[in-house]
Amino acid sequence: MIARLTDGVPRRALILLGLLLAALLVAPLVVDAYVLSILILILYFAYTGQAWNVMMGFAGQLSLGHSLYVGVAAYTAAALYVHFGLGPWAGVWLAILISMAFGLVIGFLAFRFGIGGVYFALLTIAFAEFTRVGFDHFTWVNGSGGFFLPVTQSEDNDPFNLRGDPVMFYYLLLAITALAFLLCRWLLTGRIGYYWLAIREEPEAAQTLGINVFRCKMIAVAISAGMTALSGVFFAFYYNNLFPEQIFSMSRSIELILGPIIGGVGSLFGPILGAFVLTVLAETVTELMHALGYDIPGIKQVFYGICLGAVVLYLPNGIWPPLRKRLGLGDRS
Amino acid sequence: MSAAPLLAVEGISKSFRGLRAVSATSLSVPEGGIVSLIGPNGAGKTTCFNMIAGVFRPDEGSITFAGRRIDGLRPDLICRAGIGRTFQIVKPFKELSALDNVIVGALRAEADVRRARKKAEAVLDRLGMLDKRDQPAAQLTLPERKRLEVARALATEPKLLLLDEVMAGLRPTETDQMVAVFRDLNRQGVTILLIEHVMRAVMALSQQVVVLHYGEVIAAGAPEQVVRDPAVLECYLGEEADI
Repeated sequence: MIARLTDGVPRRALILLGLLLAALLVAPLVVDAYVLSILILILYFAYTGQAWNVMMGFAGQLSLGHSLYVGVAAYTAAALYVHFGLGPWAGVWLAILISMAFGLVIGFLAFRFGIGGVYFALLTIAFAEFTRVGFDHFTWVNGSGGFFLPVTQSEDNDPFNLRGDPVMFYYLLLAITALAFLLCRWLLTGRIGYYWLAIREEPEAAQTLGINVFRCKMIAVAISAGMTALSGVFFAFYYNNLFPEQIFSMSRSIELILGPIIGGVGSLFGPILGAFVLTVLAETVTELMHALGYDIPGIKQVFYGICLGAVVLYLPNGIWPPLRKRLGLGDRS
Repeated sequence: MSAAPLLAVEGISKSFRGLRAVSATSLSVPEGGIVSLIGPNGAGKTTCFNMIAGVFRPDEGSITFAGRRIDGLRPDLICRAGIGRTFQIVKPFKELSALDNVIVGALRAEADVRRARKKAEAVLDRLGMLDKRDQPAAQLTLPERKRLEVARALATEPKLLLLDEVMAGLRPTETDQMVAVFRDLNRQGVTILLIEHVMRAVMALSQQVVVLHYGEVIAAGAPEQVVRDPAVLECYLGEEADI
């Protein structure tokens, strides 16, 4: 069961992964607050991209509405905390369940009635959009006025309620990202992983080989939505404020999937590399423009567009697969 | 035939927008037998296959497999019932390696991936494709992809194998190799129903031949008999055909 995590993985890949993990573990000791905030952003996108990749990269179902799962989970955990004093470690489970339920409803509607491809993507956008409109008028969580978590002044970290400094959030996120990576590796090398890839490649042939296509797609949506929920809960407790306009927005959904697309859809390390490259480059460009005295609003989005265009044109599989080949690493890592 | 056949198709019909593709067709495949379905292009052979494999529900008639009605079941349930099929227009999992393609099939009966891999390797070896194991299916030649279709279906451990024109495009020596593989499989208990245009394979393999023309069975019987049937010669092989 566990041994298959490393089956067929070259030793070099394991060593490189170990080095990366070690570097990320010691990073907070040597970097300043600004770099740490960038690292948190990178991990956040890496993790969420990984979650999205389960649906798109593995099972071939394009979701353009993943902000739905982030938002619903963020609001669930935040509301439980503010209204009932229930901490995030308890609230996260309900948040995951609710996100999964949303995913399963969308999946059921789409897969039962044979909605696929672009139309499925449109359905995911529609759900994210009307949930946003719904939350705009949801007075229990203060509607469009925004929902705020109390910020305490205490000096000590309180990991049980996720109140504390960025270093605590960083290590939490690092653990989640590492676990998600292992989980995805485990899923991909198991029976369900093979079934997902078969469905992605050729659903009709997959069904002929005895695969219950509907059930496998539903499992993919549930896992992807559940994983994404975790990043929503993190978002709520890290930023302490939630606005439907922002968290459910279409642009947020797009932002989440840029990492895996640029890194390499369907690969395990792609979302991590993509998040790293994209965030670092975008921050550099913004800083550079700032230093040169240009503060152009939306420059980051323009830059994302350029990156996306370049990858689609020159590296249609993302930057990780060719890099992986050059490094001589395993085929599916 | 005293015992009930493994597959019994009785009076199935299928129309597409008024076009009657298959009309009241019956055929049966005895357990352990090899039956060929032949006929000119557009005769309804693949439509027949699609009804047996669960892609289409027949408008009328019944399909019984191993004593159980299977018409109208979903393709994945038909596979689990013990029927494996190949597609005439091959549908490989392009981005996956040849071995991974077959592993997907092997996982039907074997949940453990390592053991499924062993089994898939054995199946590839049997079809002479072990040297292609790590190649992405997209890079295989058409005859190789046809063999991969067979390997994938075989890996699901079917009792009945439906082969849709797997010999097309093969060289005569390759055809003979495939014929040998199917004979061998048949000896080990796999029943085979095949659609085939390559008469060399049909004559060498079949115990029985069923001829479809305009969606109807016009002849059925032993291969030597069928190819001398005047109706078959006229409709299918053409009047001047000479076997």
